[in-house]
Amino acid sequence: MKAKVYVTLKNGVLDPQGKAVEHALHSLGFSEAGEVRLGKFIEVQLSGTDRAAAAERVRQMCEQLLANTIIENYRYEIE
Amino acid sequence: MKTAVVVFPGSNCDRDIYHVCRHVMRWSTEFVWHKETTLPAGTDLVILPGGFSYGDYLRSGAIARFSAIMSAVKSHADRGGAVIGVCNGFQILTESGLLPGALCRNRDLKFICAPVGLRVENAGSIVTRAYRAGERIRMPIAHADGCYQAGEETLKRLEGEGRVLFRYVDEAGEPSERGNPNGSLHNIAGVLNDRGNVAGLMPHPERCAETILGSTDGRRFFESLVK
Repeated sequence: MKAKVYVTLKNGVLDPQGKAVEHALHSLGFSEAGEVRLGKFIEVQLSGTDRAAAAERVRQMCEQLLANTIIENYRYEIE
Repeated sequence: MKTAVVVFPGSNCDRDIYHVCRHVMRWSTEFVWHKETTLPAGTDLVILPGGFSYGDYLRSGAIARFSAIMSAVKSHADRGGAVIGVCNGFQILTESGLLPGALCRNRDLKFICAPVGLRVENAGSIVTRAYRAGERIRMPIAHADGCYQAGEETLKRLEGEGRVLFRYVDEAGEPSERGNPNGSLHNIAGVLNDRGNVAGLMPHPERCAETILGSTDGRRFFESLVK
């Protein structure tokens, strides 16, 4: 199995990288681009076959290390 | 004052702060490698120095927090022992939950190495009691991830309980946007835990504790610890 984890800054947390990308898109002529938020994408290979148990373990990984829940949100998929 | 300076892979201000503790303050000071599981017997003060522990991978301080020595640092703090974190050390303390909030990428996305103006907000803490409240001082900063962020409730508590130690200020001594080098909320440069024994700050007091370095504004940070 594999976990795909997405970590993003919470709303309201300053995201200067997202802002810089947004400005770059505008200067390239992509005027339709609205707010851009940058995040992280993390893949974790998992042993075992129990998806529910794996999901719970991945949630713990996010809480303890992969995300800093003071400033970041996370979500994940198990494949 | 028996001092332990923790060394992580990637620490690079450990020798500077050791020098100030050992040769300027004349404290008994030891380096402690992050793989140790105990602090030297009789340790009064633990210092987490600046640097780039574990290459700042994932988030600054996120991996160092799981180093073996950190359990001993936590126990020391739980017993009421003094712990201070400078720069990367501050980031490690927030990541490990010993201090509230988090430190994010600087507002302008640049690594900033420059002296900045600070105002001493609380002159009663373990690291500020040798300063006067409201005093304007200068200290160097050197970081890319120094933008202090915290939830509204946390900020309210920090402000209400006088746990903001230093604030970034402009030439007029005001905590303005212009005086804020990295975008920190409320211009916060350093904070204290609720018990008053754990302190963290982004500026580097060890880089301005001797006349030869052009400023001694940081010296009283260390003198506070024995006042």
